[in-house]
This record gives sequence, C-alpha cells and structure tokens, in this order.
Amino acid sequence: MIETEQLTRRYGTLTAVDALSFRAEPGQVLGLLGPNGAGKSTVMRMIAGFLRPSAGTARVCGHDVRKESLKAKRALGYLPEGAPSYGELTVREFLNFIVRSRGLSADLGYRRFEDVVGHLQLEEVLDTCIETLSKGLRRRVGLAQAIVHNPPVLMLDEPTDGLDPNQKHAVRQLIDTMARERTILISTHLLEEVHALCNRVVIIADGRLLADATPAELEARSRYHGAVSFSAPGSGVSQEMLGRLPQVASIEVDPLDGRITVFPRPGERILEPVESLLRQQGLEVSEIQLERGRLDEVFRQITTGKAKPETAREDHA
Amino acid sequence: MSPVMAVARRELRSYFVTPVAYVFLVIFLVLAGILTFYAGDFYDRGQADLQPFFVMHPWLYLLLAPAVSMRMWAEEAKGGTLELLLSLPMTLAQAMLGKFLAAWFFMGIGLVLTFPIWMTVNYLGSPDNGVIVAGYLGSWLMAGSFLAIGACLSALTQSQVVAFILTMVVCFLLLLAGQPQVLDFLQGSVPRRLLNGVAHLSLLRHFEAIARGVLDVRDVLYFVLCIASWLTAGVLVLDLKRTP
Repeated sequence: MIETEQLTRRYGTLTAVDALSFRAEPGQVLGLLGPNGAGKSTVMRMIAGFLRPSAGTARVCGHDVRKESLKAKRALGYLPEGAPSYGELTVREFLNFIVRSRGLSADLGYRRFEDVVGHLQLEEVLDTCIETLSKGLRRRVGLAQAIVHNPPVLMLDEPTDGLDPNQKHAVRQLIDTMARERTILISTHLLEEVHALCNRVVIIADGRLLADATPAELEARSRYHGAVSFSAPGSGVSQEMLGRLPQVASIEVDPLDGRITVFPRPGERILEPVESLLRQQGLEVSEIQLERGRLDEVFRQITTGKAKPETAREDHA
Repeated sequence: MSPVMAVARRELRSYFVTPVAYVFLVIFLVLAGILTFYAGDFYDRGQADLQPFFVMHPWLYLLLAPAVSMRMWAEEAKGGTLELLLSLPMTLAQAMLGKFLAAWFFMGIGLVLTFPIWMTVNYLGSPDNGVIVAGYLGSWLMAGSFLAIGACLSALTQSQVVAFILTMVVCFLLLLAGQPQVLDFLQGSVPRRLLNGVAHLSLLRHFEAIARGVLDVRDVLYFVLCIASWLTAGVLVLDLKRTP
C-alpha cells in the first residue's frame, strides 16, 4: 500500500508538489498522470526516500518514509525515470549488487536472481555490459532491479517512455503479470498507458491533485462520452434531420474525412435513435461507432483547466 | 552481506572494469619511482631507508587522490544512479563508508605495488624495516585523508572536474597549513592560539613524524579524525541536498 498525506515539496519559492494526498491499495495499478513538469517524479522521489518532503509525509506499507525510511525502502521496488544503472557493469554484476545491498541472504538472493532473470528474459545478456544494451533491454534490467527482492509495492517512473511499440507492449505485459498481488504506482504522460494498465488514475498538474478516478469515470467526463460517429460516404446525410432528434445536442462534421459525430444531450442514449433514423432514410453507412469518451480531451480539460465538459458541449450546440 | 561491503565491492569493480584503475596504478608507480630516484636523491644520500620515497607521497597524492575521489558522488549524481542508490535500504553513512573503503583499499593496492623499492633498499643495505612499515602506514592514512576530503567535495557537485579542482585546492591548503611561509604570513593578523591550531592542522607535519618512524598515537588519531570528520561532512552534504 502507498499512502501520501498532504505531501509537499518546495524548491525555494516554487512549490513542485502541493499537499498531495492519495492512496493505492494492493491489487491496484494506480496511474500518476500529468503533463511534463507536473511533479510526478518529485512525488515518486519523495516516496522512494531520495528527496525529503517539505511537509506532509508518505507511507509505504504503513512505514512512514520520514521516520522509518529503511523499512519503507525495503518494502518498495523503484524504477527511477530513465532506468539508471551502472553502465560499466554487466547485468549479472549489477543485479548482484542490488541483491547484496538489499541484504538478501545468499540462498534467497540466488533464488530471486534466477527468478527475475528468467521472468524478464535476461539470460542471454547476463554477461553483457549494461551500456551496450538497447533501451528496451536496459529498461528490463531496471525492472529486474526493482522486483528482485519481491517487494509488495512497486513504483515505476515512466516505465515505457522512449520505447518502441513492441517494447512498450512487453513492458506492459510484465507490469500486468506483476499487478495481481502488489500495489503498483506508475507515472506516465501517455494516455494509452492508462487504458492498457491502470485501474485508477490520479491526475496532477503544477503539483496539485486535480482528479482521482477510474479510467471509465474519466472517460465519462468527456463530451465524446456516448456520442455516435459514423461515416456515410457519398450520401448527403441530412444534418438537419439528425438535429431534430430530441436526444441530440449537436452535430459535428470532420472537415477532413467527412465523418459525422452526433453528441447526445446529458443523460441521453442516442445510438438507437440515430441508427433507426439512418435506416428510415435508407442511407448507406459504412460503419457506426459509439464513443466511450476521449481521455486525451479530458486530460487537457483537467490539466489546462480551461474548457469544462458542460460548457464545451454548449459551445457546439 | 552488509550494504557497506556491497557498495565497496561495486565501486572496486567499477574501478577495474574501466581504465581508471590501470591508468592510476601505472602513473602512481611511475611517478613514485621517478620522484624517489631523481627528486629524492635516493642513491646519493647513501642511506638505506625510504625517506626520499615517503617524502614525495604528499605531493603525489595531491595529484592522484583527487583523481580517484572525484567520481565518487559526482558521477552518480550526473548519471542518475544516485537516485537508485539512495532508494536502496541503506543509510547515507553506509553508502559513504562503502565508497570510501573501496577507494582507500584501491590506493592501498597502489602502495603495496611499490614493494620493489622496499626490496631494493633491503638489497642495497639493511634498513630499519619497522620504520618502513610505519612509513607505509602513515602514507596510507594520509591517502585516506585525501580521499575523505575528496569524497566530501565530490558530494557537492555533479561535475567531476569541479570536484577534482576543489579537492586539490583543499588538500593543498591543508598540506601547507604548517609551513613556515604560511605561518609567517598569518603571524600578526591572527591570534597566537589560532596560529598554533593552524600549524597543527597540517597534514604534512603529522605525516613527516610518522614517515620518520615515530608512530605517535596523536598523529594516527589526527588522520583517523580527519577521515571521520570529512566523511561525516560528506554525509551531511548529501543529506542537505535532498532536504528542501
């Protein structure tokens, strides 16, 4: 379990993290989301014991990072941003160093080492210098380092940043398999990651907590939530007819591909009415889609604090 | 294994997988030889002892110890591994001690590798080997003091060059603190008691006593305290850097 309580960090007059409180439970993958410079890494560094909070505190498995920092560190596996490691060492030497520093007994250390190496498929590069490894492999070494002591809490700072799509997929799968019995905190600015991994999201910007919700709840805040979009090539779909439906709030046409999006009034379902209207009119629709909501749009709304979902909807009415 | 030993092992490993260790050892041994035979008049003195060898050590360390210690923390800060290291369950003091012990042990290897000169002097005459052992011990203690100073100053900065220069300057000042020129310069402007204090701070003074074969507890204590206080200062610097 990870818990922060009014966690604050100031650099001079700048407040990087401002009285942040949230909680992550076992079995949860909590995504810490925010634009670059929002304070995500600072939050993680304080939980990891690398930086000291200016005020407030954090607890890892109930151990206060200020008072019981060693106990907290023992319960935590941490992958810092960019997965730093000692490049001149081989993977084996590096992991052995971590095992020894974490004070695992020789026997247990050896078993965990074998376990992690197998799990992350590092057998073939065990005796290769880390600095000659590819980015994806280095990230895997970083993950191995973070889980070698089988910690109940795992904290990963932008684990897939800078990886290619295949590597991203591999890392996500790994995180997924580790998620079951652990508490995992992931920071990211990639929204696809939230869908792929997280079952809860904390959004921060300028060090302040702006949202704490499930991805589905966030999507529901989008003005696209429940909207219906379709392409009807070559047919003059009457926007007027659609607009006359009582459930419809507004209609937008993509100027590029002519895709039509129909937005519902609050609380209305419009897939069926739209579909039946199209059928009545005998219009050819190549494909029709019910939108879940767009996270990127919600993210922008929340972090820039500009358009609220409600007012946005009226703008297009 | 304790975290101290884990850190020390990793540091030593890093010395030897990079050219650092070999470059250092070769330069150390070559310079030690040259300085002893040419600058120290090893033969012409006509005495079977290692006095000219040990006398050169402070100046040798002034150049080489900062080169060993400069990377200690600066490199970790720059490469981001500091964050990794400090998130491992060990105290700052343990990490500092591990790094210091590795560097000190490494310079010990350098000293041990000067054994041919000891063999030479034993072949040429019959020196007092007790004095020589004391000299080696004093030299190693002094190397430790230089490294501890370097460890503290390396924690201050991300730049190895800055760490190197700072360490060299501080070591130079501490070496010279007891020299007549410095004391003359300070005389009159500082109180007599303080002047005495400054004179006693001199690394050179304590080292010369040991190198002559006089293993005074006070001199040993001086070096031990010097190492301990600079390492403690280094820990404080590291701690200060993560405190808002």
